[in-house]
Amino acid sequence: MFIPCDRGGGSAAPDLKGFTLLMPAVSVGNVGQLAIDLVISTLDMTKVGYFYTDCLVPMVGNNPYATAEENSVELSINAEVYSLPSKKLVVLQIRSPFIKNKYRPFCETLLSWVKSSKCARVVLLSSSHAYQRDDEQLLGTPLRYLLTPDLEKAVGGRMKELNWKEMEKVAAYPGINNTDKVLHIPGGGITKLLFTESCSEGIQMAVLLKFCSEGDNIPDAFVLVNYLNEWLQLIKSESNNSTDSSSQWKIPSSWRLLFGNGLPPALF
Amino acid sequence: MATFFGEVVVAPSRAGLDEEEEAREETPEDREIRREIEKKREIEVLWSCAAEPLVCSRFIVAIGRNAAAFLSSFILDSVCWEVIGVVKLWNEWCRTSSTTNVLPTDSFCLFYRLIADPTVLLCQCSCYVAEDQQFQWLEKVFGSMQKKGLQVTILSTCPVADYKTQESTLTLVSPFLKALKTKEFQEQVCCPLLEQPNIVRDLPAAVLSYCQVWGIPAVLYQCYTDVIKLDTVTIEAFKPLLSSKLLKSLAKDASESTKILKKFLTTSETHNNIYI
Repeated sequence: MFIPCDRGGGSAAPDLKGFTLLMPAVSVGNVGQLAIDLVISTLDMTKVGYFYTDCLVPMVGNNPYATAEENSVELSINAEVYSLPSKKLVVLQIRSPFIKNKYRPFCETLLSWVKSSKCARVVLLSSSHAYQRDDEQLLGTPLRYLLTPDLEKAVGGRMKELNWKEMEKVAAYPGINNTDKVLHIPGGGITKLLFTESCSEGIQMAVLLKFCSEGDNIPDAFVLVNYLNEWLQLIKSESNNSTDSSSQWKIPSSWRLLFGNGLPPALF
Repeated sequence: MATFFGEVVVAPSRAGLDEEEEAREETPEDREIRREIEKKREIEVLWSCAAEPLVCSRFIVAIGRNAAAFLSSFILDSVCWEVIGVVKLWNEWCRTSSTTNVLPTDSFCLFYRLIADPTVLLCQCSCYVAEDQQFQWLEKVFGSMQKKGLQVTILSTCPVADYKTQESTLTLVSPFLKALKTKEFQEQVCCPLLEQPNIVRDLPAAVLSYCQVWGIPAVLYQCYTDVIKLDTVTIEAFKPLLSSKLLKSLAKDASESTKILKKFLTTSETHNNIYI
């Protein structure tokens, strides 16, 4: 459940009515989470609360977006909410995987919070296993989108203008019967569940995902966040080419030593 | 992903998902088995004192054998402290019972109260509390406490190989202490703070998260060590904490502590010697 940061002095929860909720799915390469880190870090968003839940593995650490000695000692936990009222943007960052059998209760709690906080729409950043693409998906852009019917009415036209590709449905029984098509997002974590639940509950949700594999997923995060920026225009791209705004995203200070410590000098 | 022999292998994902299992529908038998396992994994907190909620001003939690042994050597004794609670739990790694007569090498989770000031509570948790049990532990322990004016101190250990640093961990002098504190904690910490990108997991992280979210002043002292078992050098690495306001007032006589430490050395040696 959402717990605001400053509970003292009678201050109520922040008003999120009409805001866009941006969040990641814990998925292959952790691309959604890395992209969210870039958004929070670049827009210098303020932490407004915690999403306290028994569904995620606990973890703590000092401020991952610290820029100086003074702001480096704020404690961060596994699920936190940041906001930027000037852009009517609220971001949920998830920093650890789900505890076994807890992903369904998490989705329920999350969607009920979306409804009670009256967010206008949800944008879910996710990824899917690159090795499960079919022949057609191997060509062209690795980026896809999905819109729930309620959001399709509002922004479907914009996606067409941007020339974005909708996530293809795949045959439910490949080889046997190619007419029954289903949505399949391998490696996407709770993406499919959140999307299908939002469709049936009338929540406006967009899913933006990238096909990728495990490895150094920082470039994938940049590609995904630029994709998001094409639509939401969170930062201005310097050049006319709107896909080339990589240099304007600020890498958080916590993205260090991702692949291990320094080497012992005696090794050489 | 194909291996050398042409077999297709599912690539492990850092995202920590088990999709095969999630896609499968749960049969009534599966549901029954899952419920039974959940029931077996439920933890029980048994308090010996009748008065609940416990009024608590200071709560010291030692997680892991070495942290628990530090409290046994430098703080606890049978004269000033009384046992008031025990946690009964089971998971794949360990099982605890409701007995309060334990050895330092056993798995146990006991609660003590200072007789002179019953609002000072201490917990030694040398058993492993699994992921799905950590939240329960928090709710059942903190749920029994009146939290107004509460301050929490957590002691724990973890392998130095987990410590992320620019230099190699081989050149680091271990064991060493690092601290993390909640927003409300205003006192001096006894060692440097834990720098990013380092994080803390498991029960210590669960307790500190709880305190941060609910605005309880709390500090965690994490000892990075290269010894896995009970070890006096690791235990002594917590000594800087004895200079803190809280522990200074609770510390035992130094000679008494040395005697107990020597006993730990011999106990663990006997247990690890397979030639006797």
